[in-house]
Amino acid sequence: MSSRDKILGQIRQNKPEEVALPAVTTFASDFENTEDKFREMLSAIYTEVIVVKNLEELAAKAEELYTGIANRATTIPALSGWADFSLNVSDPHELETVEIAIVQAEFGVAENGAVWVSDQYLPHRVLPFITQNLAFVIPRNALVNNMHEAYMRLQDTLGWGCFIAGPSKTADIEQSLVIGAHGARSMVIFLLENE
Amino acid sequence: MSKTVMEHADASEVFNRDEPYVNWHDETLWFVRQKRDKSSKQLPEWEQLRDAASGIKHYVLSHLDELLISFEQKAKENGVQVHWAANAAEHNEIVLGLLKKHKIDKMVKSKSMLTEECHMNEFLQKNGIEVIDTDLGERIVQLRNEPPSHIVLPAIHLKKKDIGDLFHEHLGTDAGATDPQYLTEAARQHLRDKFLTRRAALTGVNFAVAETGGFVVSTNEGNADMGAHLADIHIACMGFEKIIPKQEHLGVFLRLLARSATGQPITTYSSHFKKPREGQEMHIVIVDNGRSTQLGRKDFRNSLKCIRCGACMNTCPVYRRSGGHSYHNAVAGPIGSILAPNLDMTKNADLPFASTLCGSCSNVCPVKIDIHDQLYKWRQVLAKEGHVPKSKEIGIRAMSTMLAAPRFYQWSGRMGRTVMRAMPFMVNNALNPWYKQRDMPEPPKESFRDWYVRNRKN
Ligand code: SF4
Repeated sequence: MSSRDKILGQIRQNKPEEVALPAVTTFASDFENTEDKFREMLSAIYTEVIVVKNLEELAAKAEELYTGIANRATTIPALSGWADFSLNVSDPHELETVEIAIVQAEFGVAENGAVWVSDQYLPHRVLPFITQNLAFVIPRNALVNNMHEAYMRLQDTLGWGCFIAGPSKTADIEQSLVIGAHGARSMVIFLLENE
Repeated sequence: MSKTVMEHADASEVFNRDEPYVNWHDETLWFVRQKRDKSSKQLPEWEQLRDAASGIKHYVLSHLDELLISFEQKAKENGVQVHWAANAAEHNEIVLGLLKKHKIDKMVKSKSMLTEECHMNEFLQKNGIEVIDTDLGERIVQLRNEPPSHIVLPAIHLKKKDIGDLFHEHLGTDAGATDPQYLTEAARQHLRDKFLTRRAALTGVNFAVAETGGFVVSTNEGNADMGAHLADIHIACMGFEKIIPKQEHLGVFLRLLARSATGQPITTYSSHFKKPREGQEMHIVIVDNGRSTQLGRKDFRNSLKCIRCGACMNTCPVYRRSGGHSYHNAVAGPIGSILAPNLDMTKNADLPFASTLCGSCSNVCPVKIDIHDQLYKWRQVLAKEGHVPKSKEIGIRAMSTMLAAPRFYQWSGRMGRTVMRAMPFMVNNALNPWYKQRDMPEPPKESFRDWYVRNRKN
């Protein structure tokens, strides 16, 4: 007998009597102001939130924020003049030298400051992790209150997606918080007013 | 790991020799527990979330076979290869086989308590494979040649100086350096080199979704993603209890997990894997290793609901003052003490006794496992099956005789108080195990019962 059948057989023999799924598994969070909550959570995790009116303002802000930084990457066509790093690589290892990546993300979650990014706008999954610094652009109206609302938007996921909440961190040395473990050392969220 | 295994009580005695260090360990973990409290209080629906999580997991236990089959089918449709391992040895062979097939002899790994449980690193090492742990805490204990002492905070038992010395020796940092920022930076550079050069990455699984065939891996450092997205082959290993029915249920569990673990509202990265990226191979290994047996133990099956947040350890007064290594099991603390005897009753008979049964663990558990009740029940089972050391057995037997005879209980209490007052040395001595590490309290002049009887009369 294969291990698979052995395991499943033993489970069948040993599992408890059937119970139903709980009726309620989603809850509402009514924050006074969703965006304020989102900002509050992000500032607690060392992330700056910047509202930009349009793509021109985004480009100008990006230039201002990251002057002097070479090796820029972006997934946003309107920033192609700003980023001199091409994402046209076949091997993700080549992204090793990226210093700043500005990436389109889909929405943010107010209760924890997480941003959902996925294969939909990302040609290389490793980009948000391998870059030294990271910025996301999300539509200002694309904020949900909590994780239950988030999963209502994500009935299913694509091949891969990730909630990212702030820069990479660790507290493995005597519980002292250090920003920048393996992933991005800094994070900025641009809220884009109108597409 | 060739050291002879000490029983929990003896190992904690060794741990307790350095009192300031033990106090520090205790306070550090209590601090984490307090962060959990603060964070949970911010959600008015916290208790309902715990109920929901426990209920979903109960559904899972009663539908495990169907959920696993559905998961397997979906995962295969997504282009993921699924393997089943009945025990640790099979799990290790599967991983080795995959690496050999690809002629890979070096692998990066992100945190997985399951591979600890299976002693995979040692096994692969013996077979010529180098495994680098990439979570900072795990890398630290790996360099020290010891297992993690906590499931969420693997190096929580070490001080800055220990890590400074270790990195000086292995990573060439300055002698005497203890700045966490500096030390972390050194580890970042060292591990980045590994991420960029390894063709295989292994990760654990926090949640696997039956409905979609996808799975979620949570980290703060981003090491799981760094490894998996750069490697040609991604192997994800999961105990079969990690399955949940639907994607929407992740909402419940991700809200509970990090808040219970460290007080964060969510971990920095919650990565949802479903399909391999182009040109990559993705494998899932579904492991039993005693879980189906535990499923059949009515009193203990709830332990399979565990989402490995570590909250029960951070709150446990025994864990905090004895350290994870004293449990001689991959998973330490209260939940580890329930899981371990299932794997080996003889070897782990001491662990259910490493508890005061104060119930704090059950109070913080996000999936409402009746942890302290199960520990109590294990004691009975182990005693019945003859696995309990004689000294404890006598104590238990004396205790039940006394508790079963109220008259005798009253009399012996009165006797005890008299003895403690008149001859404290008879109690405060090394023969009384309760006296270790503490002074016995001043005995009250009368018992609560005597006081109550006297006052009721007035
Ligand atoms: S038993 Fe409960 S508290 Fe302990 S690690 Fe598991 S889920 Fe967390």
